[in-house]
Amino acid sequence: MSTRDATVPEAPVRERFSLGVSLRRVARGELASVRVLLGIAVIWTIFQIANDRFLSAVNLSNLTLQIAAVATISIGVVLVLLLGEIDLSVGAVSGLAASVMAVLSVKHGLAPELAIVAGLLVGTLIGLFNGFMVTTFGIPSFVVTLAGLLGWQGAQLAVLGDTGSINLPPSTITDLTGTFFDPVVGWILGLAAIAAYAASALRARMKRVRAGLEAEPLVTVIVRIALVAGGIVAAVAILNADRGVPLAAVIVVTLMVLFTFITERTRYGRHIFAVGGNEEAARRAGIRIKRIKLSVFALASTLAAAGGILAASRLLSVNQQSGSGDVLLLAIAGPVIAGTSLFGGRGFVWSALLGALVIGSISNGMDLLGLASDVKFMITGAVLLIAVTVDAATRLRREATR
Amino acid sequence: MSGTAVERPGETVAARTPLLALEGFSKSFGPVEALKDVDFTVHEGEVVGLVGDNGAGKSTLIKAIAGVQPADRGVAYFKGERVELSSPQAATSLGIATVYQDLALCENLDVVANLFLGKEATGNGLPVLEETEMERKARELLASLGVTTIRSVRTLVENLSGGQRQAVAIARSLLGEPQLVILDEPTAALGVVQTRQILELIERLRDRGHGVIVVSHNLADIFRVADRITVLRLGRVAGNFHVERTSREEIVSAITGAEFGERPTEEQEL
Repeated sequence: MSTRDATVPEAPVRERFSLGVSLRRVARGELASVRVLLGIAVIWTIFQIANDRFLSAVNLSNLTLQIAAVATISIGVVLVLLLGEIDLSVGAVSGLAASVMAVLSVKHGLAPELAIVAGLLVGTLIGLFNGFMVTTFGIPSFVVTLAGLLGWQGAQLAVLGDTGSINLPPSTITDLTGTFFDPVVGWILGLAAIAAYAASALRARMKRVRAGLEAEPLVTVIVRIALVAGGIVAAVAILNADRGVPLAAVIVVTLMVLFTFITERTRYGRHIFAVGGNEEAARRAGIRIKRIKLSVFALASTLAAAGGILAASRLLSVNQQSGSGDVLLLAIAGPVIAGTSLFGGRGFVWSALLGALVIGSISNGMDLLGLASDVKFMITGAVLLIAVTVDAATRLRREATR
Repeated sequence: MSGTAVERPGETVAARTPLLALEGFSKSFGPVEALKDVDFTVHEGEVVGLVGDNGAGKSTLIKAIAGVQPADRGVAYFKGERVELSSPQAATSLGIATVYQDLALCENLDVVANLFLGKEATGNGLPVLEETEMERKARELLASLGVTTIRSVRTLVENLSGGQRQAVAIARSLLGEPQLVILDEPTAALGVVQTRQILELIERLRDRGHGVIVVSHNLADIFRVADRITVLRLGRVAGNFHVERTSREEIVSAITGAEFGERPTEEQEL
């Protein structure tokens, strides 16, 4: 193409960096996460004023462990939401997977590692089933997974049997959330993460400069790296002041990075966004929509299973209530609060963690204040409604300016 | 169907082998004959306007050419060779690209992502996107088409105007290096300035040697951009006209089936 273009008299494309365009892009994309970070700052300030133990190292360390499970489930929810679909069975699947793992490990004496894999596989199979029903019969995912919400809860009761509740003795399973790294190891992990982020950001910029494309000013990149580094250093310092960096946090952050890479940097991720944005356009572009949907549902349920396993690990037991209650609601509300749209095609994987942090902070803070369930439910419900309203309002504005 | 209006393609053009030639294309939907014995030709570097009233068979004809709804009967020649336009893939592999009126763009993605949708550049055998390469190619492509109104190829399509979106859709159709480009109502719902820009873009396609079929209701636009006009009426060809040798009245009467010289009330927007 370049050879032919060379012979065509070219009208020069603007080389200058456009402030208006970049501002608008920030407003649409990155501002969503900035908005959430500001929200978290406000929430933390309020609870710290109300109770000065809120920002203590112990409590923030607890908060980290509390949100690990829901944040993991929410990654899968983000993927499904990006497609413009929904998975209402993630809570039930997390409970069933944890139950299968616990029964195999405790009652049948299976090695804990194998039991974990079996639990994850239960999730994958359920996800494939969901995806199959949606793509083959064209049943709305809302309905398929609503049926699953009930059905898999029943399966969980059956798996647990008469016992109802299974306690998990110390093993690899409980180590998932019970392991804390030595402070030195924590710092090494933190510095490695900073180095990796800096290298990736600088390399991406260098590649653009070399290709002769407009690139972000170097200062902005360095500021961005400094902010991320500051966040990581603060987190490691706080966690080290308590028991150290928990393995669970490393698992969750690794999953975030992995799925951010998959959604933002791979062809597969691009196709997920395309299907969620305009399914007909994606179909005409030759994207195999069924395959994308099937795999995303499988990933979502697998991540739900992983979240269920983390929750069981932290609570040291699995019972008939595991994965029920507000797990589903919080797992979906989190990403939506943090800027992933319910209407498909818009969102980002980190919203799973940011959203879990918002909801987790509110829940943790209200527990610390000793608020009763009635108030907690109403406040959490109100926060959810406000977040979804913001999403819907943004969408309306987008359509109005079309 | 005034016999006087029918004019075969001019001598100079007829001497060349057409890029696409259809003979006797017919298509029925149940008892309805949407196309009946339609002959149609496009040459390289030629813009053919396809006009006709609603239900005249314009859409059916371009869908038959694009392979979306293959014709029941008829023979197609591409560069003189007999071909089957039996599926969208068949048409695409011959080098026929179609830009439908709905454009089929993902508004949540930027210009680069839309241009390369389904044929993303990836590196080293891994399915990892080569963003810089795609962005560079996208800018080259838009620049070669003289599309200067899109300031950043990283703008989301939802932030583009109708004309810019049309330009993106046309540019995307060119990535497969097609020889024939079919544009379905490219100027519908565009303002004056944007319409002019799209018409200039169509002229640039002609200059690059593409054959172009433009389906439009807007005779003013067709007269500005087309070399030749094919009029369909009730599924049949009501006439082929050279733009320099015809008048709007003649086209309108072919479209409506009215006797030549009878002036319909609406001239431009039928």
